[in-house]
Amino acid sequence: MNIERDGDYITLSMGPHHPATHGVLRLEVTTDGEVLTACKPDVGYLHRSIEKIGENLEWFQFVPYTDRVDYVCSMNSNHAWVCAVEKLLATSPETKLQIPERAEYIRVLFAELNRISSHMVGVGAMTMDLGAFTPFLHAIGQREYINDIFEKTCGARLTYNYMCVGGVNHDLYPGAEDEIRKFLTGLEVAMKDFNRLISTNNIFKGRLAGTATISAQDAVSYGMVGPNLRASGVDFDLRRDLPYGIYDRFQFDVPLGRAYAGSKGKIGDCYDRFVVRLLEVLESIKICRQVLDQMPPTAGVAEDPVGGWCVAKAAQKALRKPPVGEVYFRCENPRGETGYHLVSDGTKIPYRVKIRTGSFTALSIFEKLVPGLMIADLVAVIGSLDIVLPEVDR
Amino acid sequence: MSPVLSRNLNRGKAQPFDAILAKVMVSFPSAKAGSSPNGERWIAVQPSEMLEVARFLKNDPDLSFDSLACLTGVDLLKYPVATKDSPPCTDLVCVYDLHSLRHNHELRVKSSTSRELPVVASVESVWGVASFFEREAFDLLGVSFAGHPNLRRILLPEDWIGNPLRKDYVYPQTYGGVELKREGQTFESGPYQ
Repeated sequence: MNIERDGDYITLSMGPHHPATHGVLRLEVTTDGEVLTACKPDVGYLHRSIEKIGENLEWFQFVPYTDRVDYVCSMNSNHAWVCAVEKLLATSPETKLQIPERAEYIRVLFAELNRISSHMVGVGAMTMDLGAFTPFLHAIGQREYINDIFEKTCGARLTYNYMCVGGVNHDLYPGAEDEIRKFLTGLEVAMKDFNRLISTNNIFKGRLAGTATISAQDAVSYGMVGPNLRASGVDFDLRRDLPYGIYDRFQFDVPLGRAYAGSKGKIGDCYDRFVVRLLEVLESIKICRQVLDQMPPTAGVAEDPVGGWCVAKAAQKALRKPPVGEVYFRCENPRGETGYHLVSDGTKIPYRVKIRTGSFTALSIFEKLVPGLMIADLVAVIGSLDIVLPEVDR
Repeated sequence: MSPVLSRNLNRGKAQPFDAILAKVMVSFPSAKAGSSPNGERWIAVQPSEMLEVARFLKNDPDLSFDSLACLTGVDLLKYPVATKDSPPCTDLVCVYDLHSLRHNHELRVKSSTSRELPVVASVESVWGVASFFEREAFDLLGVSFAGHPNLRRILLPEDWIGNPLRKDYVYPQTYGGVELKREGQTFESGPYQ
């Protein structure tokens, strides 16, 4: 940490190794006593040039790299990439893929499970940043069950490489449906415990009520996406409004920020962002149950159009000569819209891969949002925006 | 909270691409329609007019493109040209993927600029998020944005030389006194071949 004095103002560097910055983020803040007057986010410490790597690998080889774009929700990152490539292939009738029904259901099921686990990490880490350690353990405990399910399915606990263009790499293991149902029941109980423990705690509420309020106009203009956008009262969810995959088959609500903290709360404050994530977990549970009810049983053959899980041969053939052109695909990830802008020159290697992530754009609001806050609130802001740094730097 | 943005309050009517194009053409005669071989369509505007076009797209009540979903820079140096006779295109293109929350419709706007003097008008004052997107395009592709208040590198170190996402980028041999070349690797072909 280096400190510079300029009259009454002090410039200091928060990070890049501050434990509350969720990775390596450096915030250059100027303070007047305890009050912040300016904040410049400095990112790039984790830049691994994933977009450049994308221009050197074949389409299907890029899937493991999407795991590393956002490792807290790798399934969702996989999902966004494979859907983007399938959208590109679907622009030509020769390369259009017929994804098996069961694969589509498995994708949604795992994307929602990973959303639950990511939100649990998000709210748990936020409480820990604010000084409450126990809720973090409760939250991360639920994530362990999900990791177990993923590990039994694809062998990895964090970076899955599970979805592929044309479906998913493996079928569900026998008994997975029952195990997931059992987990969802347990999760509902655990959520009640979690809310009793911290969400309804008056100190916690009072700490966050009215802190760092983001208005709806600012949220839209500064590219806030996902839960951060909805916490400001903007009613937009890609799963409902621009549905991709089979999301149009499920019934679920879109939770919005409603000044949950009570009389002192405002729409779009830190507490709203916290509560919207918890409510989204409940909606994801609803979607998971509907998936399990509707999912066709396994056919035992990968290529089966209903009970199969992957049309690998057709996908490999199509990816050798994809259509020339470009697509932009947007996917609702736990940290908001993840967009892939793909440019194809008709060869087996992408011409340009642009990854648009929710955390990157969430950081752009810091310069406007932070002036006027107290130093201690900065940690709450970072926690409530649920920023994951590998996703920012890519 | 603005009433137009909240739930079920008269969500507007999505406009088809042709209607949007016609509206833009009336105000900006230099705008052109473009399409890719796979059927994606866009509006191509002059780089110097980008700011006015952006303001128009955001403020027109029928269009109301209130969010910039993505800004992508693309280097066309090695992109295949449409016909064999047409001259090779070496331009840098900024692609703006826009979305309207009120009408729930989307639009792609492109602004093509020369490789030698790549300058596009900044839209930072229209969509706040463009501030970061433009810095990223400046960093990785070397496109300058006229009117951006704080245009500097964002992902790479300040002293980095070159713009890695340009197709003629040459990999540096050293950085900060550290040898970057590894055994069996040629810089001409890139590190992943």
